[in-house]
Amino acid sequence: MHPGIIFLGVVVGSVLFHIFTPWWWTDIASNWGAMDDTINLTFWIGGGVFILVCLFMVYCIFMFSYKEGRKVEYKPEDHKLEKILTIATTVGVIALLAPGLIVYNNYINTPKNALQVEVNAWQWGWQYRLPGEDGILGTAQVAKITDDNPFGINLDDPNGKDDILIEDDVLHLKTDRPVKILLRSLDVLHNYYVPQFRAKMDAIPGIITYYWFEPNKIGEYEVLCAEYCGVGHYAMRAKVIVESEGNYENWIKEQETFSDLIAKQESNESKLTLVAKSND
Amino acid sequence: MSDEYNQKNTPLEAQSSETMTDISGTTSKDIDYVRPAELPEQDLYHGHSFITKWVFCQDAKVIGVQYFLTAVFTGIVGLVLSWLMRLQLGYPDLVPFITAEHYYQFVTMHGMIMVVYFLTALFLGGFGNYLIPLMVGARDMVFPYVNMVSFWMFFIAVCVLMASFFVPGGPTGAGWTLYPPQAILPGTPGSNMGIILMLASLSLFVIGFTMGGLNYIITILQARTRGMTLMRMPLTIWGIFTATALAMLAFPALLVSCIMMTLDKMLETSFFMPAIIQAGEVLDYGGGSPVLFQHLFWFFGHPEVYIVALPAFGIVSDLISVHARKNIFGYRMMVWAIVGIGGLSFFVWAHHMYVSGMNPWFGFFFATTTLIIAVPTALKVYNWIITLFRANIRMNTVMLFCLGFIVTFVNGGITGIFLGNVAVDIPLSDTYFVIAHFHMVMGVAPLMVIMGAVYHWFPLVTGRMLSEKLGKWHFWFTFLGAYSIYFPMHYLGFIGVPRRYFEMYDSPYVASATGMNEFITVAALIVGFAQFIFIYNIVTSLSIGKPAGKNPWKANSLEWLTPEVPPAHGNWGEKLPVIHRWPYDFNVPGAKEDYITQTTPPSEVMSAEVEKT
Ligand code: HEM
Ligand SMILES: [Cu+2]
Ligand SMILES: [Cu+2]
Repeated sequence: MHPGIIFLGVVVGSVLFHIFTPWWWTDIASNWGAMDDTINLTFWIGGGVFILVCLFMVYCIFMFSYKEGRKVEYKPEDHKLEKILTIATTVGVIALLAPGLIVYNNYINTPKNALQVEVNAWQWGWQYRLPGEDGILGTAQVAKITDDNPFGINLDDPNGKDDILIEDDVLHLKTDRPVKILLRSLDVLHNYYVPQFRAKMDAIPGIITYYWFEPNKIGEYEVLCAEYCGVGHYAMRAKVIVESEGNYENWIKEQETFSDLIAKQESNESKLTLVAKSND
Repeated sequence: MSDEYNQKNTPLEAQSSETMTDISGTTSKDIDYVRPAELPEQDLYHGHSFITKWVFCQDAKVIGVQYFLTAVFTGIVGLVLSWLMRLQLGYPDLVPFITAEHYYQFVTMHGMIMVVYFLTALFLGGFGNYLIPLMVGARDMVFPYVNMVSFWMFFIAVCVLMASFFVPGGPTGAGWTLYPPQAILPGTPGSNMGIILMLASLSLFVIGFTMGGLNYIITILQARTRGMTLMRMPLTIWGIFTATALAMLAFPALLVSCIMMTLDKMLETSFFMPAIIQAGEVLDYGGGSPVLFQHLFWFFGHPEVYIVALPAFGIVSDLISVHARKNIFGYRMMVWAIVGIGGLSFFVWAHHMYVSGMNPWFGFFFATTTLIIAVPTALKVYNWIITLFRANIRMNTVMLFCLGFIVTFVNGGITGIFLGNVAVDIPLSDTYFVIAHFHMVMGVAPLMVIMGAVYHWFPLVTGRMLSEKLGKWHFWFTFLGAYSIYFPMHYLGFIGVPRRYFEMYDSPYVASATGMNEFITVAALIVGFAQFIFIYNIVTSLSIGKPAGKNPWKANSLEWLTPEVPPAHGNWGEKLPVIHRWPYDFNVPGAKEDYITQTTPPSEVMSAEVEKT
């Protein structure tokens, strides 16, 4: 069999695989449809180039395979052709880059009305902190973390007192409202990634990173850690529940604030001291 | 010291008297005139004992073979590790001893071995050493002793790396990127001796490699024979030269980051370590930056992929030209593309860091520079396929591997445009799309070139041909097998399967990936075993292969034109060759034969209408 036939088969097979593949994007559940569109655009342009280059190659090996005495072209250079190819490629590249940069610009500029959610990552689990009524998260530091202060909130920062603490890996979100995810890590790199939302960003100990998206489909989603963080990396999962405004408000009311937590601890302590005293 | 070529050691005056005759006896009209040599010839060291001839040898050709064999050995270790990983991914409960710890150690060692100890050492240490002096017409590298030390440093680096498999805690499982803080903290396997040995081994590698690299660069710049202008060098040499220059500039970044991380690990400095609380305990670190490491790592890491790719580009250009019996199309543009890609490759590193938490504004800059590189890269691809147009293509094993390279490289190059375009990278980064992309473009494609190059130069090194029949089987298994491993794998990335996952277990939406993972594993095992056809072919051909004779492929470049085949120590016998043209004069109109070697003077091919090069 002529090798050209097999190479042709590879090209045709790749295209057919792409058309009929059962493996494809998870259904999108956020505003980042534009990312999918840019990918599809890249598929069209890039796929086109792949097909053309490979077909030209296959054509050449069919037409010009070795024959004694075949007349061969001797043309070391062709400036015109080289120029055309350079320009065509440049145009293609710009066509891909421009929309990509526009989408990226949206990605790094968070809308003003975004809800803030702080995601805390550690080896190997997640917890969350939401700003309380003041809408501002209190400042926090890794070194301040204790059993009584699981997020390391600065005790003298008044903004921190009403922060809502969720010591659990299930996060609830309102549908159709942008969220700004603020990422903190207590130890190593992690990454809070929900495939259906498309967006992701690493959590880095020592600094706060962010990204935003707007969930727009009610449902439950699995969170996967997408930055290698040690042996437990593959098991570092969590859950996001996207729900209607009403359900979300109900959920948020049940959550504890930092001052609730302090109060609870104080009452525990006073109980303890009472117990200790009565034992005297 | 040199006792073999007495005449070769001509003192400077003798050379200049030759110059005199050149000038006085001829005028500039003499079409065979070549500028005289400017430097006296090099003294060579001739080993006589077994040890100095074959072990601590100073002949670049032997050093090249030593590099090659050591690199191939590490490559086989890397291959076996990949089987173990694939078994775990395809059939999770089949091999009980693969725990998560082991899996991560395999991933790390596999990745590091393949990129650094296998591909880099093979292309530059192996092909570089063997081919540079031969192709530029030198007797050896300019510093043969340093060259010998370079190999032995590499050898020690490999030993240290392999030793880490046997230390308590095993080798590091930090991922080949070795990102701190994780790499040196207890949550990662091998975070004590494992990581220290890895960092030590890399440092040794860089030191050894610098010795070799300086040799390659200076040999190419200073020791070319008469008439071998830069623009007459084979593209192989251009590729190796540029890659080595990149290595000299990029490896220092790796070396310093290795040293800094070693200090963080052993002396508890905090270059890369911020305040950390682990298992409820505040560690003794504070103020360092993990992102700084990533910048240093990728400042090395991105040029590193071109350190692998550029020699492959160069070699494949030469293989295509020889076996298509046609000059490479657009030689000058190919040279500028290699140099341009090399230069630009220092300005794109942060495309590996789009979701790393660096300043988000960097994304615009690095996406733009990355896509700019696509232009010269695409031009190279066009030039390869245009070279095939109206050529006379021998469909032998070498050519098949070149064609396999074009297909896989174009495929992987295009997925690179996905990942370089920052908005597209965000959903795809750290998924199997990335794994598929870089295996296609820097795993399979360069391997195609390496294998093609072995079929091409085996006759030169050993004097015997490899079996074409076995070669074709080897090619089809490898090419079709590797393509069916990595082409479908991109689609796992679309589903969102993250890389470096020991197990997906109960994720609902990745259940559909199970079947594909099994298929990929089977394909990976087949491809792996197909390499034994190759090894068998090499081993048997050493003794029963058809004798190659001189210049069996009818190539033009110098390495085939030595007085003895395989070339002897000193390469050129008594007189250095003199070069009259580029190495791509195939099928020149008016010429009697379909090739004109680089040493053929114009007066011998008067009727040929060559372009002046
Ligand atoms: C048949 C050959 C090969 C197979 C089956 C194979 C398979 C794999 C697998 C299963 C992984 C781990 C994926 C994960 O869990 O994230 C991996 C990672 C990797 N491979 Fe290969 N591989 C092969 C050849 C190569 C070659 C030739 C290279 C050289 C460039 C290479 C470079 C890497 C790198 C850099 C990584 C990433 C390691 C990391 O994530 O730290 N592989 N490979
Ligand atoms: Cu992780
Ligand atoms: Cu890169």
